[in-house]
Amino acid sequence: MADEPAPDFAAVRGAAAVSPTSLPTLDYPPTQHPEPLRHAEPVMGTVFSFAISDAGQGTRREAIISALQAAVARLHRIDEVFSTYRHDSDISRLARGQTTIEHCDPWVAQVLESCREVAAETDGWFTAYPAGRLDPSGWVKGWAIEQASQLLREAGSEHHCISGGGDVQAVGQARPGRPWRIGIADPVHRDRILAAITTRDAAMAVATSGIAERGAHIINPYTGQPADGLLSMTLVGSSIARTDAWATAAFAMGPTLGLQWAEAREGIEALAVLHDGSIKHTPGIPELTA
Amino acid sequence: MRRAIVTGTATVSGIVLLLGLKSHGGGVHGAPQSFSIGPSTDAVPPSGTPTTTPSAGKSTAPARAASGTRTVAGDAAETPYGPVQVQVTVSSGKITNINVLEYPTETGRDQEINSYALPILNQEAMTAQSASIDAVSGATFTSEGYAQSLQSAIDKARA
Repeated sequence: MADEPAPDFAAVRGAAAVSPTSLPTLDYPPTQHPEPLRHAEPVMGTVFSFAISDAGQGTRREAIISALQAAVARLHRIDEVFSTYRHDSDISRLARGQTTIEHCDPWVAQVLESCREVAAETDGWFTAYPAGRLDPSGWVKGWAIEQASQLLREAGSEHHCISGGGDVQAVGQARPGRPWRIGIADPVHRDRILAAITTRDAAMAVATSGIAERGAHIINPYTGQPADGLLSMTLVGSSIARTDAWATAAFAMGPTLGLQWAEAREGIEALAVLHDGSIKHTPGIPELTA
Repeated sequence: MRRAIVTGTATVSGIVLLLGLKSHGGGVHGAPQSFSIGPSTDAVPPSGTPTTTPSAGKSTAPARAASGTRTVAGDAAETPYGPVQVQVTVSSGKITNINVLEYPTETGRDQEINSYALPILNQEAMTAQSASIDAVSGATFTSEGYAQSLQSAIDKARA
């Protein structure tokens, strides 16, 4: 046995006359799929979950794990700068007038510029100053997920799914031929999912704004009061930073204006749950849930 | 502070996706690992009815049953809204039940939010598992305090 070359498994499988004792004893699992590499990190007052389906083995896997660690570190750094719960974060000090943008991390200026863009895109329904106080969290969480995804892509991952506090960025597929399936939570019937979005593009983002969001009152920027009329508003787009910020804006707009706005905008679909539990959506939603 | 008991049965892989629990050594300082706890084989429908009962408010000694079932309360975790404490039942290495022993109820608004949030936390995990969902987008109240207390309970149950 020792002098025999290592069996070429592919050749052996195709061989016609092979004695059972010479067959390799390894199982060949063509129908098994390796579990995605998973990790979850409590940060930003919520939990970010990673599922990476192309982590691979050996040096490739090490590189992916390295990128995942970098992504986690990035989330924590973003939290240090932007957490409104930390007294000493750049954003908290800026909100109190104890510092200026020039003295903050360069990210702050970048984020505030993005918030201005989104405010323009949403006719002011999204704002970095909800109820008059500086708080760009509606942009930061999705933007943080995008950065994490970018770090994984740079390490070569084309198939992963990252969720953070109800926002999801899916890239590629869960398995070859099996898209990621992203459920939309039913805010009325707590043991149900309303629909499952089946990813079909290279990147898909699903974001939901609702009154059950942690601690946050989605504020109508025109009245300064909590927005009303909807239990939740879910947007499906391609990149989560914008999709999330737009979902916040669309929620504040309410069912009629929010769905009109979403329908008029390229590249997104929307599903709204009204106060009475009824559901309305843009025309492209049923195809996404097929 | 008024407390309520909210019960539900959850499968761990659903929890992993929605809450992101750390295994030992996970996080920035260690290589991320897959979770060894598998889905529950004896999921029961959630009761979903909150009842008001005095709660322990501190960690309890794990209760052991003949079948290797343990019920363990995690440390109460502080959140900006008040303490959150979670109790888990682990059977043969699988989480079969989660109770929320304590959650913030400072204002009427908090109660309103929590009446949506905590049952969603417990019950979404079960539905996600059964529907082959990979992730859930929702008005999901994934409280850091909840996740910390739940992680604490799991760590104690494993000890």
